[in-house]
Amino acid sequence: MNAHPFHTEEYRQALEQLQVVDFVLLELNLYLDTHPWDVQAIQQFNHYTHERMKIANQFQEKYGPLQNYGHAYSGCPWSWIETPWPWQV
Amino acid sequence: MWVYEKKLQYPVRVSKCDPRMAKLLLEQYGGADGELAAALRYLNQRYSIPDKVIGLLTDIGTEEFAHLEMIATMVYKLTKDATPQQLDAAGLGPHYVAHDSALFYSNAAGVPWTAAYIQAKGDPIADLYEDIAAEEKARATYQWLIDMTDDVDLQDGLKFLREREIVHSLRFREAVEILKEEREVRKVF
Repeated sequence: MNAHPFHTEEYRQALEQLQVVDFVLLELNLYLDTHPWDVQAIQQFNHYTHERMKIANQFQEKYGPLQNYGHAYSGCPWSWIETPWPWQV
Repeated sequence: MWVYEKKLQYPVRVSKCDPRMAKLLLEQYGGADGELAAALRYLNQRYSIPDKVIGLLTDIGTEEFAHLEMIATMVYKLTKDATPQQLDAAGLGPHYVAHDSALFYSNAAGVPWTAAYIQAKGDPIADLYEDIAAEEKARATYQWLIDMTDDVDLQDGLKFLREREIVHSLRFREAVEILKEEREVRKVF
């Protein structure tokens, strides 16, 4: 029997890769909120924003939409309502 | 407008069913210095704070909802396999008879969340000092929660949240300095 794609080590690693880059971006974001003239931090932010888009697109192609309201494409049937929700992972 | 993202900010793992810890964690769910209070406090203060710090309150307030979801996930995972008898033995009997396995916004002692926990004074310095205090109180509570369990998986998630309180406190302190500088500049004019 094949393991459910969300119960694999591969899924957990893909999710963690996304969580890592998102953490970098969140930290840079909060830092820039109080240091808006730090050009190096802004360069880092823009670099990781680009990386994030690539990582998120790869993740979504395989595991479905991360965001609702038109921020990600859907397969048929409607993928948004599929489990697992974050607390079920 | 908010957009939901279908993932946790940081992975939440627990190594055992532990309704006793779930009860204690409610302090950070619906307690005075918990994540719900934090999110609502910051997002509500935005409307009267000077423009220079609205972005910070928006972003930290939004992150608090991600923390609220992590705490909910911890409580969910720690109680999902517990019997009513186990919940009762852990002190969650009164919770069970009112809410079954549903989460409820109360503190660890079962007191429902109230808006009286949060303040909005309209004075930017007073509001930011309250925010700094809230972060420090939450940091202390996370440390005490870590001390109350030997579950290293649960401790890992709690340590992440403890560190976030430290970063938020630092950013709020910087916001205070930004507002003080702005006040000095105005004096020159």
